[in-house]
Amino acid sequence: MSFLNYLINGVSLGSVYAIIALGYTMVYGIAKMLNFAHGDVIMVGGFVVFTLSTRMGVSPVVAVLISIVVCTCLGMTIERIAYKPLRSATSLAVLITAIGVSYFLQNLALILFGSDIKLFTSVVKVKPLVIADGQITITGETIVTIIACMIIMIVLTTFIKKTKAGQAMLAVSEDKGAAELMGVNVNATISLTFAIGSGLAAIAGVLLCSAYPSLNPYTGSMPGIKAFVAAVFGGIGSIPGALIGGILLGVIESLSKSYISSQMADAIVFSVLIIVLLVKPTGLLGKKISEKV
Amino acid sequence: MKKLKLNKDYLITYGMVIGFYILMSILKGTGNLSSLFSGLLVPICVYTILAVSLNLTVGILGELSLGHAGFMCVGAFSSAFFSMCMKDIITNSFVRFFIALIISALVAALFGIIIGIPVLRLRGDYLAIVTLAFGEIIKNIVNILYVGKDSDGLHISIKDSISLGLKEDGKVIINGAQGITGTPHDSNFTVGIVLLLITLFVVLNFMNSRSGRAVMAIRDNRIAAESIGINISKYKLMAFSISAALAGVAGALYAHNLSTLNALPKNFGYNMSIMILVYVVLGGIGNIRGSILAAAILTVLPELLRGFADYRMLIYSVVLIALMLFNASPKGMEIKEKISPSRLLAAKKQTKEVQ
Amino acid sequence: MAMLDVTNLGISFGGLRAVDAFEVHIEKGELYGLIGPNGAGKTTVFNMLTGVYKPTDGVIKLDDKNITGMKTTQINQAGIARTFQNIRLFSQLTVLDNVKAGLHNGYEYSTVAGIFRLPSYRKMEKAMDEKALELLEVFDLDKEASLLAGNLPYGKQRKLEIARALATNPKLLLLDEPAAGMNPNETKELMDTIQLIREKFDMTILLIEHDMKLVSGICERLTVLNFGQVLAQGKTSDVLNDPEVIKAYLGE
Repeated sequence: MSFLNYLINGVSLGSVYAIIALGYTMVYGIAKMLNFAHGDVIMVGGFVVFTLSTRMGVSPVVAVLISIVVCTCLGMTIERIAYKPLRSATSLAVLITAIGVSYFLQNLALILFGSDIKLFTSVVKVKPLVIADGQITITGETIVTIIACMIIMIVLTTFIKKTKAGQAMLAVSEDKGAAELMGVNVNATISLTFAIGSGLAAIAGVLLCSAYPSLNPYTGSMPGIKAFVAAVFGGIGSIPGALIGGILLGVIESLSKSYISSQMADAIVFSVLIIVLLVKPTGLLGKKISEKV
Repeated sequence: MKKLKLNKDYLITYGMVIGFYILMSILKGTGNLSSLFSGLLVPICVYTILAVSLNLTVGILGELSLGHAGFMCVGAFSSAFFSMCMKDIITNSFVRFFIALIISALVAALFGIIIGIPVLRLRGDYLAIVTLAFGEIIKNIVNILYVGKDSDGLHISIKDSISLGLKEDGKVIINGAQGITGTPHDSNFTVGIVLLLITLFVVLNFMNSRSGRAVMAIRDNRIAAESIGINISKYKLMAFSISAALAGVAGALYAHNLSTLNALPKNFGYNMSIMILVYVVLGGIGNIRGSILAAAILTVLPELLRGFADYRMLIYSVVLIALMLFNASPKGMEIKEKISPSRLLAAKKQTKEVQ
Repeated sequence: MAMLDVTNLGISFGGLRAVDAFEVHIEKGELYGLIGPNGAGKTTVFNMLTGVYKPTDGVIKLDDKNITGMKTTQINQAGIARTFQNIRLFSQLTVLDNVKAGLHNGYEYSTVAGIFRLPSYRKMEKAMDEKALELLEVFDLDKEASLLAGNLPYGKQRKLEIARALATNPKLLLLDEPAAGMNPNETKELMDTIQLIREKFDMTILLIEHDMKLVSGICERLTVLNFGQVLAQGKTSDVLNDPEVIKAYLGE
């Protein structure tokens, strides 16, 4: 029965990874950049809720909504100031700028909140679900996380398939130049992508901090990297890939923590990524690219 | 004509390093160097060597690696382990450190080959993420590694120091997350500068040899390189493992400058790999002298900003973003073009010619 | 026995038969043309001959040695060099280094010798410089030797690509649309250069070309490809007057 518990924990953690990975994958698909600052937006989302809810006593729902708005604006501002001027630059230059933004957010949080670990009060008020005569306990956080992830996936997929803005995103990720010629507003589309990605990061931040209630300026960094791994794992640029990659990663991490060694869990996660990429060089659901001679 | 200019360019690079050494030695000798700054001298050598060696992978081979700190980690631990074992056997610190350096280079090169064989088949961002993964795995494994020595020989465990089952006379050398304590302090600024010069010598001469040309040909156009009979995997692997070996040397230098060596996210994690990449990109991809300058300046910069206390890393990040925007955005380049000294010089020359 | 013997060569991509039952036999010293409408499969044939694609069936023999399915690198070492339709130079290397890269397998010394500047390094680099400059002179590129290849004008880039291919000391040279994008004057000059290298290096040449003036001017024999199949083969003048060929080019 403990196996089921670990598995459910894994799916829950994986759902958080999946939500973060969605942001990574969408931005990569459209701007072809590795947004290393994405993980730190999660941390910002966590701190906004912490300040409002834990410190000022604002109702959790309101706090979460404000956090989403703050992160969405933050994402768009970062894109506008740091990435947009570099649209024609090499991907490496953008990568380094993203790292600069990541340092900036971490150190800003360090000044504002200090480096000590904050105890985060969970915003989830759902009661835990106890089944099989108390052998399996599913926490409220787990239930909310998994449901949130599913809703986000469905909404996002529908948005991309059914709306004009979503179609524009697909067009820009396929061929920026051609999309522009067809009348798609490329700048607005990229901006929208950052907005959605950052909004999702805020949600992920809240869910992550609710399940693992500690928060400091570096909280987002490792989950950010892992979500990036999840995105690559599933095939970067692919939305279902992010979901599959995220959940697989969460499950592998949870099971190896429980059955092998908690210290080795990260190494195992990274090893699985390497093996997957060696067998399928563009990830599980990634498109095969070949060069024309 | 062209050869001459090239050699002169390299001489400037070597000269710059030697000049820096002389200047620092004089300042130190006359007591004009703060203890804070003199404590930075060996780290400057470590980071410049790392930057130059990573430039071999990123600039010359043209592959983005985010796991360079992993090779540094391997070099640091293998050499420190050797020095700890031989502390009482080889008492001449010069000989001991020399062998430790060779070990660090060989072990790191071996890891470069082991990792390079699968990784170099991948392209672009995928290669970047897999090198990052390998770097993290190395750091992770080092953190759970316990190695002890007694009269029976070496004992290895990945659980804890007790399960090593050492005898009374035994001692733990690598103690898991606590790492290695008591590494002999064999490195100093002079050794660091000599190693930097050797790194420069290896990288610059490699670039200008038949093998280096093959590597750059692969970088510029893989398909064309294949079509003229260049063995792609061989040369990619060669550049990657030389780069790893040099990072290993930097690791040995780093380890023998500290009394306690442990693998933390900040010294051997992906953050460090990224930091080294920042030096390479800011110094100019493929520009060896630029790597040295960027690494040295950015190592000193946070210390210079110490007066700003808590704000220094914030300022550092703003400087980094501003530099990238200035260097790589079309607008920034336009401004740079206007104020560049070579252009002003050319303009002057032109007016002269008109006169 | 012909120098290049290709029999029953074919390749499928998924369900698409891109080239089928392709045959060609080229004698030593011959200047042979491969023509056909766009999309007929000409470059695919080149890609199979040089190992970029593995043929689904058929046999390729160079000087009676079976090279079918070998890797690009090995095929080059066996004696086939090529140029590309979309120029592929080492754009960040100098013109001289582009040719020296082509000399890679002809002038060997170890990496260690290179790093430590041992005598073998000096000797070989000197020999390479001389050989490369000699080749560049043939193409009138010696004055641009120290320029970056990417900064050369278009026509000279095409020439440099040929020089680099020749540096690998091949038996057979494949030229993929050498005159593409050139004006009539440049094309005329190119024709002279091709004739020159053929005589000077005693080279066997197979070329893909759309420019009929060039083809009829220098090729002795032709193969016409259409929809992946050989439409006609033989003496240039005969082939070009073949009603089937004219129909394929001009339509009904």
